[in-house]
Amino acid sequence: MEAQPQHARAKGDVETRWVELVVALLIAVAGLVVIQDSLRVGINWAPEGPRPGYFPFYIGVILALAGLYIAVTTLMKWRAMAGRVFVTRAQLGPVMQMLIPAIIYVAVLPLTGIYVASAIFIGGFMVWQGKYRWWLAAIIAIAICVGLFYMFEVWFLVPLPKGPLESWLGY
Amino acid sequence: MANIAETILLEADFGNLMHGFAVALTFHNFLFMLLGITLGVLIGVLPGLGGANGIAILLPLTFTMSPTSAIIMLSCIYWGALFGGAITSILFNIPGEPWSVATTFDGYPMAQKGEAGRALTAAFTSSFVGALFAIIMITFLAPIIARFALRFGPPEYFAIQLLTFCSFVGMGREPPAKTIVAMMLGFALAAVGLDTVTGTLRMTYGFTSLLQGFDFLIAVIGLFGLGEILLTMEEGLAFKGKSGKIDPAIVLKTWAELGRYWATSLRACLVGCWMGVTPGGATPASFMSYGIARRMSKRGNEFGDGVIEGVVAPETAAHAAGTSALLPMLTLGIPGSPTAAVLLGGLLIWGLQPGPLLFVEKPDFVWGLIASMYLGNIVGLAIVLTTVPWWAAILRVPFSIIAPIILVICAIGAYTVHNSMFDVAMMIVFGVIGYVFKKLKYPMAPLVLALVLGDSAETAFRQSMLASNGSLAVFWSNGLVGSICALAIAMLLWPVIGALITAARKGGRDKPATRGAA
Repeated sequence: MEAQPQHARAKGDVETRWVELVVALLIAVAGLVVIQDSLRVGINWAPEGPRPGYFPFYIGVILALAGLYIAVTTLMKWRAMAGRVFVTRAQLGPVMQMLIPAIIYVAVLPLTGIYVASAIFIGGFMVWQGKYRWWLAAIIAIAICVGLFYMFEVWFLVPLPKGPLESWLGY
Repeated sequence: MANIAETILLEADFGNLMHGFAVALTFHNFLFMLLGITLGVLIGVLPGLGGANGIAILLPLTFTMSPTSAIIMLSCIYWGALFGGAITSILFNIPGEPWSVATTFDGYPMAQKGEAGRALTAAFTSSFVGALFAIIMITFLAPIIARFALRFGPPEYFAIQLLTFCSFVGMGREPPAKTIVAMMLGFALAAVGLDTVTGTLRMTYGFTSLLQGFDFLIAVIGLFGLGEILLTMEEGLAFKGKSGKIDPAIVLKTWAELGRYWATSLRACLVGCWMGVTPGGATPASFMSYGIARRMSKRGNEFGDGVIEGVVAPETAAHAAGTSALLPMLTLGIPGSPTAAVLLGGLLIWGLQPGPLLFVEKPDFVWGLIASMYLGNIVGLAIVLTTVPWWAAILRVPFSIIAPIILVICAIGAYTVHNSMFDVAMMIVFGVIGYVFKKLKYPMAPLVLALVLGDSAETAFRQSMLASNGSLAVFWSNGLVGSICALAIAMLLWPVIGALITAARKGGRDKPATRGAA
């Protein structure tokens, strides 16, 4: 898992130092947001005790300082970190092929219910990434979702979001 | 007199433990134990599902069960996951869990030499020994610590939590600044929503979905679940596993051989228990134990080529740590690991407040759990030894089928926590954060623990401040709280102290430039 320095950087690879810097700055910003909101609700004492911002304020201060510290140390090591790759283009491809369908899946969940969306997601992913025949993928995907349906709705009595198909079937 | 009182109390505990066995051994609970172990091994074997997020996902399924049955099943999932991690490490060179990374160093070479059965037997048996050692420690220490902790007030509680978080900085393998960031992010996320003391809204920015704040279960499922799947996608898994059949004759032969490594085991148990109680966790414990074993062993230079001690040491320590992480969770309400944190979350949902009072108010529950630890690990050992080939077969299912299924399970798990679609979306966000953080070496455990403990730490701090009228001196007001705080600060400064010592030693001989390479 160790990120080895790879000097043969190909086009489209993401460099570690940039990700490190951007993440550190985002953390510092998050710290500032916490500080700002704590100031809004009050960080000092009220007659009944410390105000709600009393504790988070210091959390925000430490967060912002730690973020800045990481950003500064990254900049100090900027030269030395040259060529270290956070993720290569070849690796980023499969990651996105997982992440983007996952985002679409979550986006359509409220419309279709969890079972239909899951069946399409599993089956589609198998055909697209695993190069399975469509009927095999369909059988596996539907079997899994029917299994999940029985496990949650029937055995453990945990209702999950359902869509038009399930209401047509009478659930 | 005090001695007699102690003896009577210990006898009462023994009676409680026996009663606990009676609770755990009812047919109903035994069934949940088997189910839990099986699910746990499955979770441990599959990439993207681990002890912490596996239990987080299954937690809502237990809401309708009695708390005792539920905790028995959930803790058995944890034991199962601890066992399962070893299978993938040895047969596939893929650590199913972070704490089994060190097991791959010698476990996989052993499998390549055709000694998979020997390696697996050694791993499972060592896991069992480590867990047993930790459980015996819990049995004896838990009631004593609980009785002691009954005297704690808010300053002591805050000090203990401070110590917990400072030890992450001092003992963690990640850069201290990143550990602090992870922790503070956890605290900040915990502060979002309704302030329980004054009823003020904090950091919601008008979004009604944020009123409840961030649930740590969602964070656990995203960080450890989706984050792990994304990492696995990147590596493009090609499973080339060794056959995992275990011959009973090999089991007996290995058991006979393991007796020789009692010293390695004992050291590993001690390292594991120490790292589990202080929240170092199972993963650093396994690495530390492996390192110590290599240094102490006569065959130290053969480590890495498939030495059985190289499997015994990390597995024993990982299980001892994983199990003993429950000691502070039960007695103080402070979990020693993310998985223990999830179990703690479960206790809160069932209306049980972990901490010293739990031992007084719910002895059935506590001792049932402790008894189930003994039984669960015995049952677990028997199950994994007999069913290894099946688990190995599951791993041959291509990732293009397993990955979407795990994602669906994570989504369902995230939804069922509060029946909220917003949580499912947050799970994806946490997944991306988990992926980036893991690659940049930000530790996850402090984030999760801070998210869990954030509210109680803040309450303890505010109550202490109220009592002392805003003076921090309350944390040094008596010997107990003062020494805990002093220890915490020593832990926090440990990286600095360590660096100073190294710098002083190197001083004359080495140029400081070499340090950058390490």
